[in-house]
Amino acid sequence: MSLVLAPAIPHIEAVREAVIRVEGLTKRYDRVVAVDAVDFEVTAGTTTALLGANGAGKTTILAMLLGLLVPTAGTISVLGQDMLRHRHRVLARMNFSSPYVDLPRRLTVAENLKIYALLYGLRNVRARILEITADLGIADLLERPTRTLSAGQRTRVALAKALLNEPELLLLDEPTASLDPDSADWVRGYLARYQRRTGATLFLASHNMTEVEHMCTDAMIMRAGKIVDRGAPRDLIARHGRRTLEEVFLDITRRGQGAAPGRAAAAQ
Amino acid sequence: MTPPRDGGSAAAAGAGDRVERFSGRRIGAMLLRYLYLLRGSWPRILELAYWPTVQMILWGFITQFFLTHSAWVAQAAGVLIAAVLLWDVLFRSQLSVSLSFMEEMWSRNLGYLFATPLKPAEMVAALLTLSFLRTLVGVGPAALLAIPLYHYSVFELGLPLIAFFANLMVLGWAIGLIVSAIVLRFGLGAESLAWLLVFALAPVSGIYYPIDVLPHWLQPVAWALPSAYVFEGMRAVMFDGLFRLDLLAGAAALNLVYLAIGTAVFLYAFHTARVRGLLLQMGE
Repeated sequence: MSLVLAPAIPHIEAVREAVIRVEGLTKRYDRVVAVDAVDFEVTAGTTTALLGANGAGKTTILAMLLGLLVPTAGTISVLGQDMLRHRHRVLARMNFSSPYVDLPRRLTVAENLKIYALLYGLRNVRARILEITADLGIADLLERPTRTLSAGQRTRVALAKALLNEPELLLLDEPTASLDPDSADWVRGYLARYQRRTGATLFLASHNMTEVEHMCTDAMIMRAGKIVDRGAPRDLIARHGRRTLEEVFLDITRRGQGAAPGRAAAAQ
Repeated sequence: MTPPRDGGSAAAAGAGDRVERFSGRRIGAMLLRYLYLLRGSWPRILELAYWPTVQMILWGFITQFFLTHSAWVAQAAGVLIAAVLLWDVLFRSQLSVSLSFMEEMWSRNLGYLFATPLKPAEMVAALLTLSFLRTLVGVGPAALLAIPLYHYSVFELGLPLIAFFANLMVLGWAIGLIVSAIVLRFGLGAESLAWLLVFALAPVSGIYYPIDVLPHWLQPVAWALPSAYVFEGMRAVMFDGLFRLDLLAGAAALNLVYLAIGTAVFLYAFHTARVRGLLLQMGE
């Protein structure tokens, strides 16, 4: 059974459609089950987090949503398209950023962004690059080879790449990894403003519970390939009788497989 | 959702059919990526022409020696230089495809690339186009340098040269795609194949000697390779002044098969990489 996660803005709840719809999603590598029959929907305009310990299956789900990984079973619909059959129809309307994937380091920032702008089919490439780099405060880095940037600068450049095509769906893996607290806060603020301006849907995998509490309207907690609980961060905290999402996360991830509270929640 | 802006998601909104097509623009973007890489590193540009030139100089001196010690070479003074230049067409075109693909793996960029609408076949088209350009840049200077150094111009082969060049390049593409597929499947531990695999063909391609020099049992292997037809064809032009269309047809027919196999193997390896989750894991 699947749950539609509550959108951020209640008054437009009725008109929001599922941007992501996943049913029975499973990924097996030989005998290892990385993702185990997961169902969920994400509605337009929300910010949803996937939480879980290392190896819980978060990045595997992101990769399957992007079409980078073929599921063993299940269906994925993104922006109304079947990702298993027609991913190329929808990839230009999505984008992705991860600290575990690099832009070619020998190329300058401008060269990298130009190539991705062309791959995403943008028209006014130069104007868009100037606009997005100015927005993100990295215009002065345009002529620098990517290899010469600090980790924080690389994160911002990757974010510029991810926003080039003004995606309707933005997938982020650890969006503020390697950033100092001030920069991380600035990035969160930027993403929030981007979402308000465009109505985009954000879907992120994160270990940063504070970030999820501040950014996300919904969170799904994974353990051993399953979604074991889900809901708005404040609802999760209240339901578990804890003070922070981090405490909830530790409760759930340390609990035995059989006592997953998410099963009760998912059955509601 | 606000209306998409020019230059933003507008490019994709409602453009399903357009996105589905084979896109010259995306091929151009990939080509640009590789050209930026070359432009940004003069040692890479120099390296393209370095080995073909060294080979040509070496075989030029060997030719000068054999001109007075070998009646066979004396009949066609440039035969060894032409052979080494054409062999480099095969080697460079193969190496270019393999290295350009491995650049994406070295830079851990495949995850971003294939999260765009880029299709594997478009990447293949970009790799092959770049291979053509890199081979011209690599072998061209050596061919030109042979004229003042040894008074031999490979361009004297005339129109058949284009046929030889094209056939060897296509075989290089096929091998390059297979090497890329192996590296994609087994990881960068297999990258040395890019420098090794093509040399397995050298002894049976008849680069510097006729195929009938080979043992009888090995000759069918040679005739299964387009390169053997090309080098026999080259010698027919240089020794007999004949452009053997039968050899050209044999090379072209085999090349169609090899290129189809190379492309299929690469696309299958790409699909397997998507099944096994390799696109996000590749890196140095």
